[in-house]
Amino acid sequence: MRWRSRRIGVLVGGAFLALFIVVPFIGAHVPWVLPGTLDVVNSTGTLEVLALCFMFAGVAVGYDMMFGYTGLMSLGPVLFFATGTYVFDIALTRWEWALWPALLLTFGVSLALAVVLGAVALRVHGIAFAMVTLAFAQAFYFLVESNPHNLTAGDTGLSLSYTRLPSFLSGAVSNTRNLYWIALAFLVIAYAIVWLVTESVTGHVFVAIRENERRLEVLGVRPFRFKMVSFVVSSLIATGGGIVYILVIGTAVPSVVASTTVTLSILIMVVLGGAGTRWGAVVGAMVYIYLQQYLDKVGAEPSFTRLPAVLRVPLSEPQFLLGAIFVLFVLFAPGGIASLVVRHRSRRTLGAPALSSLIRKV
Amino acid sequence: MNIFLVLTFSGVALGAIYFLAASGLSLIYGLMDVLNFAHGLFMTLGAYAGYEVATRLPSSLGAPTLIILAIIGATLGGGLAAGITELILIRPLYGKPISQILITIGLDLAVVGLLMGGFGSTALQIPVPLWLIEPTHIGGLYLPNANFLAIGGGAVVLAGLEWFLSRTRYGIIIRAGVENREMVRALGIDVGRAFTLVFVIGGAMAGLAGMLYSIVFSGDLVSPSQGDSLLIFAFIVVVIGGLGSIRGSAVAALVVGLLQEYTSFYIGGHSGWAQIGDLSTVLLLAVVLEIRPRGLFGRVA
Amino acid sequence: MTNAIEISDLHVTIAGSHVLQGISLIVPSGGVTAILGRNGVGKTTTLRAILGLVASSGQIKVLDHEVSSWPTHRIVQLGIGYVPEDRDVFSGLTVEQNLRLAESSATVQYDEVFSLFPELKKRGRQRAGTLSGGQQQMLSIARALLNSRPLLLVDEPSKGLAPKLVGEFAGVLERAAEHSTVLLVEQNLSVVRRLAQRIVVLDHGEVVHRGEARDLDDPTLVRQLLGVAGAA
Repeated sequence: MRWRSRRIGVLVGGAFLALFIVVPFIGAHVPWVLPGTLDVVNSTGTLEVLALCFMFAGVAVGYDMMFGYTGLMSLGPVLFFATGTYVFDIALTRWEWALWPALLLTFGVSLALAVVLGAVALRVHGIAFAMVTLAFAQAFYFLVESNPHNLTAGDTGLSLSYTRLPSFLSGAVSNTRNLYWIALAFLVIAYAIVWLVTESVTGHVFVAIRENERRLEVLGVRPFRFKMVSFVVSSLIATGGGIVYILVIGTAVPSVVASTTVTLSILIMVVLGGAGTRWGAVVGAMVYIYLQQYLDKVGAEPSFTRLPAVLRVPLSEPQFLLGAIFVLFVLFAPGGIASLVVRHRSRRTLGAPALSSLIRKV
Repeated sequence: MNIFLVLTFSGVALGAIYFLAASGLSLIYGLMDVLNFAHGLFMTLGAYAGYEVATRLPSSLGAPTLIILAIIGATLGGGLAAGITELILIRPLYGKPISQILITIGLDLAVVGLLMGGFGSTALQIPVPLWLIEPTHIGGLYLPNANFLAIGGGAVVLAGLEWFLSRTRYGIIIRAGVENREMVRALGIDVGRAFTLVFVIGGAMAGLAGMLYSIVFSGDLVSPSQGDSLLIFAFIVVVIGGLGSIRGSAVAALVVGLLQEYTSFYIGGHSGWAQIGDLSTVLLLAVVLEIRPRGLFGRVA
Repeated sequence: MTNAIEISDLHVTIAGSHVLQGISLIVPSGGVTAILGRNGVGKTTTLRAILGLVASSGQIKVLDHEVSSWPTHRIVQLGIGYVPEDRDVFSGLTVEQNLRLAESSATVQYDEVFSLFPELKKRGRQRAGTLSGGQQQMLSIARALLNSRPLLLVDEPSKGLAPKLVGEFAGVLERAAEHSTVLLVEQNLSVVRRLAQRIVVLDHGEVVHRGEARDLDDPTLVRQLLGVAGAA
């Protein structure tokens, strides 16, 4: 039974991947699915939205490995995401480095941060762990906002300078297309990494840590190393996402890039899709970002302004709708979209009972 | 020296507000294992409730009366919001603490979004009596009156909370429940009612904190995201003080408030690094967690 | 009412471990029934399952009510006094407050409790956390005896206590058993011999012997059921 659903999963995933690869060549007009000026499939706006979807999907699946599989509820993924964005941005814009050195620096800084934070935070469990990660992420936010040595430009926002980037990444229309494919490639790479790790023995230890860490210790396994691996890999993926973000969006603003809202959004994406399933995180992220962008554009439509305020206000605020949908899911479908789609839950999918023991196990 | 005293006064006022926000959070976590991410929302709603009271009641009542009613309104508003949240969203998820945490995240997102849609993300101004904006001249110092309000509020609540927790049956149930929820049940007591009560009390204090913060530190402005900005410091105070401990929240709140004010001025002022005050609180948290992970007055998990 | 407790096919799984594997037992009204067994066989878990403190499947009838799906506080309100294995007094509260919490009916018997444990009356204002082990045990038992309850669940009352205290507590329980049914988990056989009329022996989550307390007079049986350590 499991093999069959696996094969179906691979086929469906492959089909979607093929579709997404060719999207930039599809000039079709799809009015209902994509609102307003985005209604052409390969318009710049649509490609940008999809690129964001892919990028967050990659970050989300990385987070799922840490939260869904290993049971570590970190409240600090935004720290690594923002590190990716800001270090890369600074290297290219302020110091005018070339692409590869900038990438090396960004991942290097992120790796160092992940190891340090992991060493500190993983010594404690549960709420304390969540708090340490939250604190560090918040500290980074404060740091970035304060514009030290005029590096980050604080609230004004730091625009990415494309001068030292290879030409295929800059320029008008072709830019968006290539960035779209880069975002898609990021998702594929992130997913592949997560898939490989979670399917390996290491991945099984992750699940064992999540379910009953004490028993592992009794068996002589040292959970700390594995938790470190999970934490560091997940954080590096988030950094990759941050780099893709700045390439696609072009500007870094602290309240958007470095605030705790990003962390909470990632958490929501993963739970919405179905924690502990990998593909759930991808679906959750894509649905979340898509809805967010869609609702944002829809809210500005003229037909909307004619609705009475009681209906118009809630419906025109994407944050409200997303939050409300999430609340409904937590109440009635805690296993997320994945639990709705897959009838027979495999042991890896987290339903409500397993979720509740999560934080105590950590 | 003058500046030091003024800063201290300010720090104590800030600490009082942190205490109001943190103690509720601490009790809720201590008793229910719920990390209430909607606590910031209760603070914001309290401030909005206060704003509505202050602006919708006839101005013939006079500014001082209006502001007192507004503060009461904020407290009631926070409590009401919290009570409804507990009954509708938290109770159904009994026994699933992670789901409970997640639902508070979703609630916060949704309602803050609603506030942004309804009130706009521009801040609203609460009308306050002149007295609150003015300072009092004591021995060569100008101490803002608003700070007195915050400190007074914090002290009153602290005393009231201590009384409640040691003299009333429900207060004792709550303290026992924070220690050992299971045993309370095994004595035939329905902890569910205590849960709702703790949420309501926490929410009421949060509403008061939000309102006071608007008056004292935000120039009488009310905005949808103010509670969430405050929430991070409330969390820091709760963890430093020790989860479930009121005394811990009080001490930690004072320390954090003072630290923020001093660092912000003495270090931030010189280097032009405005956020150092905020950053220092995070550093303090990291240090405390290293040395004593359960916080100043917390129990071993 | 003939039986205080009737358990049928009780299964309990904790953290992936099948602790109770189909327990069935009957506790008749009146007197003392003792549950015996080595460490870890599921004795405490049985008590906790009766109280609804752990999830279980199977049928549990307490004082003529089917309580398998009831919340703990409702089960206890049927008239159960519980003395847990680790005393579980509230250390942050005073002795007085601990007792106040245990009040449930109008017929609160402080006089009786204080006559049994005069120490507690003396130390009313003292924080329970500063009491000695023996005094905490007194408090734990006093809590359960405060209201005259028809059923008492007592988990290893002699654990960690000096022999003199053990004797005193056994005497207290003897008196309590005159008007309540007592289900006693105990490893100390001399206490069991003194108090119990009936015994149930568990091993690896199953019932392996049901009988009378005088069965324990047979050393071969004792060794077989409880191992060398059981011969106390």
